[in-house]
Amino acid sequence: MDGSGLRPLAGAAPPATRIGGGRLAALGLGGLVLALLAGALLGPAGVSAAGLLATLAEALGLAPLPEQHARDAAVLGVVRAPRVLLAAMLGAGLAVAGAAMQGLFRNPLADPGLIGVSAGAALAAVAATVLGPGLFGAAAGLLGLWLLPVAAFAGGLGATLLIARLATRQGVTGVATLLLAGIAVNALCGALTGLLVFAADDRQVRDITFWTLGSLGGARWPQLPVAALLVLLPALALLALARPLNALVLGEREAFHLGIRVEAAKRWAVLLSAVAVSAGVALAGLVGFVGLVVPHLVRLALGADHRIVLPGSAILGAALMVLADLAARSLAVPAELPVGVVTALVGAPFFLGLLHRRGAAP
Amino acid sequence: MIPRRLLLPAAAALAAAPRLTRAGLPRRIISIGGALTETVFALGAGDRVVAVDSTSRHPAPAAALPRVGYMRALPTEGIVSLAPDLLLLSGDAGPREVVAVLRAARLPLVVVEDGAGPGAPAAKARAVARTLGLDSTALAAALEEDWVALDAPLARRAGRPPRVLFVLSLARGAPLVSGRGTHADAMIAAAGGENPVHSYEGFRPLSAEAAASLAPDVILLMDHALREAGGLDAALRVPALAVTPAAAARRVIAMDGPYLLNFGPRAAHARRDLARALHPGLYLPSLPERPWTAAA
Repeated sequence: MDGSGLRPLAGAAPPATRIGGGRLAALGLGGLVLALLAGALLGPAGVSAAGLLATLAEALGLAPLPEQHARDAAVLGVVRAPRVLLAAMLGAGLAVAGAAMQGLFRNPLADPGLIGVSAGAALAAVAATVLGPGLFGAAAGLLGLWLLPVAAFAGGLGATLLIARLATRQGVTGVATLLLAGIAVNALCGALTGLLVFAADDRQVRDITFWTLGSLGGARWPQLPVAALLVLLPALALLALARPLNALVLGEREAFHLGIRVEAAKRWAVLLSAVAVSAGVALAGLVGFVGLVVPHLVRLALGADHRIVLPGSAILGAALMVLADLAARSLAVPAELPVGVVTALVGAPFFLGLLHRRGAAP
Repeated sequence: MIPRRLLLPAAAALAAAPRLTRAGLPRRIISIGGALTETVFALGAGDRVVAVDSTSRHPAPAAALPRVGYMRALPTEGIVSLAPDLLLLSGDAGPREVVAVLRAARLPLVVVEDGAGPGAPAAKARAVARTLGLDSTALAAALEEDWVALDAPLARRAGRPPRVLFVLSLARGAPLVSGRGTHADAMIAAAGGENPVHSYEGFRPLSAEAAASLAPDVILLMDHALREAGGLDAALRVPALAVTPAAAARRVIAMDGPYLLNFGPRAAHARRDLARALHPGLYLPSLPERPWTAAA
């Protein structure tokens, strides 16, 4: 189509189902609210209805918390609420970024990992784990629990900016070059991560392993404003790129003739995706398959129009991540599965099924 | 690692945890860390433990309890769901974020450092006992007595100490070998051996060249690592081990990992077993059978 060798997305998906946009949005948001409620109310630490009411009453300033409901209040307010909200924002961010990357690369197999986010974040997170106190010294003391997230965010964003810079000549970002530069930078980050793992001791290696599987177990209230600013906000901003992404499906030249500011759109798509995914990885580790599978599900059900795919991915990604985390903390009680294991266990076979249904068609 | 401010002395923890009053001693304990779990059981409080981590495999009743997973990947909600009135954490437990959430949820939580060395078993007994509101005098005295009983006989050992290489795992081709600052390093020193590795802390993969230059007389590993490697002959064929004097003399010691490395109540007995294997001709007094060293 444009010589990039990437398979176009247009026409691969069924036409959009035509039910009213308003009704669709209401349906999606209703489902998300149900998922959030399930995430908040279900789980191995049972919460009584009375405990829920008492917690709500205290949160709204209506009544002091009776002593017998202190545990329920702690479960709801300290353990679950931040976790469920973080899961929702993370799911939305990963899924929208995935949809944007699939649109940008015009390839249904694209995900933000292609532009170096995961590898860069992993490299920095491993560096913080292995070299942490030694290298960062005073900074480690100052940042405390934030050392790893800050490092991972900077690493993911840095790798992406490097790739984008390598792929940009005279103000034009070549999508194929972006992909190739991504492969090279990913390999480099992987090698440096390997070097650090070699230098790591046994415990650090185990910590790294668990981090790469993803977890929302460390979710706390102070993380939520950060997630809102760096995961949710960029995801919402990506929704504004629906029209340029739709035009890009036709090819860059065609998009340009349609009056789209192609270069700006590409740059914003890469930057916003990188911010959202880097911050997501920083807060919860590597959680795979959400960015890949959720946009597929939406396209399968509702068609390939990015005006629907992007918001649809946000809502479905949020709901599925909340449910995946509910499964992660409920399936191995009293232990907990890494949430990345749950998303991959569900996502990978589903993805294979999709491939199978599409048959051998190119 | 747990931040400094979480390392409460047990007395301060008692003050900080409102449920730990003299009237209500903890009855639903979650014990994280093999040495701490063994200590709780040795203090006779095993019936109050409701769950343990995956490293707590001794004694048998502890191994039968619900497991909350690996001690460095603790679950928040799984722990909360067990409604513990005491969460006993080894200093190595984590991740730190989860510990922070558990503290924010006001779970009564006490961190006991998982030290190694001569005083470590009794120190753990005292710290755990204080947290549980129990008397540690008898247990700590017995642990110290058993440990000290080996000091004089081991001091009579003549000649240079055997060079003992501790191999954590053979699974990845290059054996993962203990340097300084590990529990294995401390136990080798306590049993009158010398760890030939001076150049690093923790565990590192060892090349054949490095192994040859370290020239260990004895290779020490955990019995399950030896089984995973396919037995003694297969282990000695691993290039990094094959080049050592230890392989030529077939001096390989395999011991139960937690027994050897926990520095819990069984540490003195493990020290004696290791010392006997390292110094075959040396007289070592037998240690009394203790309730916490019984097989089951």
